[in-house]
Amino acid sequence: MSGQEKQVPGLLGGFGAIIRRDLLLAWKRPGDVLNPLFFFAMVASLFPLAVGPSPEQLMLNGPGVVWVAALLATLLSLNSLFLSDFEDGSLDQIILSPQPLPLLGLGKAAAHWLLSGLPLVLVSPLIAMTYRMPGDIIGVMMLSLALGTISLSLLGAIGAALTVGLNRGNALLSLLILPLAMPILIFGARTVSLAAAGDPVAAGIYFLAAYCMLALTLAPFATAAALKISNE
Amino acid sequence: MTGLLSGKDLCLLRGDRCLFQQLSFALNPGELLLVEGANGSGKTSLLRGIAGLLDFETGHISWDGQKTLDDFQGFRLDLVWLSHRVGFKGELNLLENLQFESALRPSSMQKTEAVIERLGLARLTGLPFRYLSAGQQRRVALARMLLAEARLWMMDEPFTNLDKAGQSLVAELIAEHLTNDGLCVVASHQTVEIDAPTRRVTLQ
Repeated sequence: MSGQEKQVPGLLGGFGAIIRRDLLLAWKRPGDVLNPLFFFAMVASLFPLAVGPSPEQLMLNGPGVVWVAALLATLLSLNSLFLSDFEDGSLDQIILSPQPLPLLGLGKAAAHWLLSGLPLVLVSPLIAMTYRMPGDIIGVMMLSLALGTISLSLLGAIGAALTVGLNRGNALLSLLILPLAMPILIFGARTVSLAAAGDPVAAGIYFLAAYCMLALTLAPFATAAALKISNE
Repeated sequence: MTGLLSGKDLCLLRGDRCLFQQLSFALNPGELLLVEGANGSGKTSLLRGIAGLLDFETGHISWDGQKTLDDFQGFRLDLVWLSHRVGFKGELNLLENLQFESALRPSSMQKTEAVIERLGLARLTGLPFRYLSAGQQRRVALARMLLAEARLWMMDEPFTNLDKAGQSLVAELIAEHLTNDGLCVVASHQTVEIDAPTRRVTLQ
């Protein structure tokens, strides 16, 4: 056993394996993916019933409603991010792996985005149409949503990691994440409104992209530290 | 004290209770460290501390002359962990679970078939993991240890849920691992009969 050269799995191997596993799990347990998506569609389609169906009002409210619904749907799905791994002991195995924990945490966040953020982005044009948004701003909306939900998945992973050991950490998780999510919501919704008014949107998109990059570089390390604390 | 794996002056507090203090041990290849004590005496905590899942109040663990806190990767390449919660996904079958594990640590997947055969799991490979009985689930956890190319086995209560044959199989596997110059840390409240050089830590 000793002296033998070990086949150490590559860095991307661990990262890829965790994404593959989570996608496979979601395929076998589709409710987890569909629930937030239904929630998103439901909130967005109930709104016109409450505020009135006049086209001007819908166009005015549309971007804000889509963004708030997307934010809430993402928060809803975050709670379960590390929960099953924590409960069945997989988290021990993941933390004790020689692979760097930030990278594995990034893999979890990436899988979360593929399963919650990406479907939201893909469904959003349907919602936009019910709000009578003109076709040419749908692209801007999808781009802003894509950047925003990536940031939300990354930031949410920190909160989910911190609250995974607590019973009913859901409310706490939202409290932790919302302050960090505010800039995303404000810039995201405003960018889409600007696009609807025909104003330039580059600044908003750049901000969302910068925020996304910041989350991408810092969040995995915070997630790893939080996982270690929660799993003690 | 020196050894491939050693702990020095370990102390662990849980709340305001001191589970143990000034605890030291050393373990060489081929040796078994048996952690004994009643329920709640801190066996699991000691094991989790050695593995690096929780921090000791004072003291440190060394592996191959290096503090594990400084070189966690070198230590974890050589470590495989078994506890109450086996750490497999209920929705995935045995092979899918083991496949995922192989990306986490060095393992020899070409042995999979032989290992599964030996552990008596051959008929169960297609079933989702959650349909397996508790004892069968423990056997799958043993498969993880056999596939991992790790020198240090850390086992928390390895005999629970296993039938007579399973228990003697565990003892046999541990003895075999030790003859291959492996190390083993076992926490158990049962009497363990393994024919190998054994060091004991008894927690009050």
